[in-house]
Amino acid sequence: MSRQSFSGLSLLWRALSQHRGWQKQWRKPLPKARYDAVIVGGGGHGLGAAYYLAKEHGLTNVAVLEKGWIGGGNTGRNTTIIRSNYLFNESAALYDHSLKLWENLSQALNYNVMFSPRGVMMLAHTVHDIQVFKRHVHANRCNGVDNEWLEPAQAKEFCPPLNIGDNIRYPVLGAALQRRGGTARHDAVAWGYARAADALGVDIIENCEVTGIRRGANGAVEALETPRGVIQTSKVGVAAAGNTSVIMALAGVQVPLESYPLQALVSEPVKPIFPCVVMSNTIHAYISQSDKGELVIGAGTDAYTSYTQRGALHVNTHTLDAICELFPNFRRLRMMRNWGGIVDVTPDRSPIIAKTPVPGLYVNCGWGTGGFKATPGSAHVFAWTIARDEPHPINAPFTIERFRDGYLIDEAAAAAVAH
Amino acid sequence: MLLIVCPYCGKRPEIEFTYGGQAHLTRPLQPAQLDDQAWAEFLYMRTNRRGVHAERWRHARGCGRFFNALRDTTTDHFLAFYKTGEAQPASPSAPPAPPESVP
Repeated sequence: MSRQSFSGLSLLWRALSQHRGWQKQWRKPLPKARYDAVIVGGGGHGLGAAYYLAKEHGLTNVAVLEKGWIGGGNTGRNTTIIRSNYLFNESAALYDHSLKLWENLSQALNYNVMFSPRGVMMLAHTVHDIQVFKRHVHANRCNGVDNEWLEPAQAKEFCPPLNIGDNIRYPVLGAALQRRGGTARHDAVAWGYARAADALGVDIIENCEVTGIRRGANGAVEALETPRGVIQTSKVGVAAAGNTSVIMALAGVQVPLESYPLQALVSEPVKPIFPCVVMSNTIHAYISQSDKGELVIGAGTDAYTSYTQRGALHVNTHTLDAICELFPNFRRLRMMRNWGGIVDVTPDRSPIIAKTPVPGLYVNCGWGTGGFKATPGSAHVFAWTIARDEPHPINAPFTIERFRDGYLIDEAAAAAVAH
Repeated sequence: MLLIVCPYCGKRPEIEFTYGGQAHLTRPLQPAQLDDQAWAEFLYMRTNRRGVHAERWRHARGCGRFFNALRDTTTDHFLAFYKTGEAQPASPSAPPAPPESVP
């Protein structure tokens, strides 16, 4: 099916003709009785997987089933930070695969995802932080991932609003900077993948919750039950984030996940003041500025498991305490909105992208608090896994069985991200 | 913020407590006889229930004691609090009362 393509010229032309004649970006089809493959979950990871199934593996009779609306879950609720400076070889390969796809994603999808490699700076506040970050810098270099150590004055030069004085509880002792890291427009990622997948024939079906997974005599997946009818398929890829445990339980599969609320908030919009992304794992502050001008601030997870998509205010104020110390200029900014999403966390804080004990059932989960950055790479290797019934070399280590066999990818202990 | 009823101290705000995860997990009595799969299930597999969830809390900034609670993870309403060692109460079928606010 042909789609209007976006270009500077087409935007100018439509502007001159008062923006009449734009097509809808994707169809709203009724579910068919049978698909070659079905993706459960219409976030970035699921829509991307459907796109790569159609684009790279020739599977175009594919549906994406979404309980709510596409991009309404964690894809639309995160703080859009993109980086790949993870410690372990397995993680570096996966996240850097993703970062390389980000760099050309707008061109590949003909949709501006506003990828902005403005640099991600992670602050060190203790001697332990310094040692860990320098270890990351060296490990990353061995893996061909850019990451460099900055002294406090260099960090201040890179991010002028930063307070490097010793008048705060945990002064800045240095920073690790990944210049290729940055942000992207999260909604555009979902919309861009949806539009591109739809153009290749993928059916995107919203308001269609999966309520049952039917299995045949040999245990393999046969069909999905939904309020909009039974859908026959022999391949199901689950990319349901916080609700993965619920979907997998329909097939009798238990996954090592716990679902926690994770919150974020934005300030009132202001003129451009913040040139990069700054993260502090030690004192829990994650901040960047959106193109609209809001400061986008990420908080930590709440203490308890929940599916409510909301959390407690004290978790946000804890983060704002840190922000106000690091960036005294922002003390008088008003916070405009806050919200929560439900993140599925594995015991080693690394994802699972794998086949399951059920033939025809595949799972992409466990991204915890940092799945947005991995969207293109995760979707790409997940599509490969579904299409070929075997993992791509990059996601081969990210199995469910690693917890049995002792091959953890322990980014929790490596403290690449805060939890 | 949740209002949590410690069975020893009464109603207290959530910030006095730490979360202890899924309740009623029993350490294997014959550890040497477990295979890798059984260890993985004990160490890593959790119900992650969407609905009524039995969980442990510790009144870390109070009496220091562990206790258990039933909470609906779709609303965060608590259904029951009970001491460690007591049996898990039958979960009431009636919808939970609206939450009280912390004084």
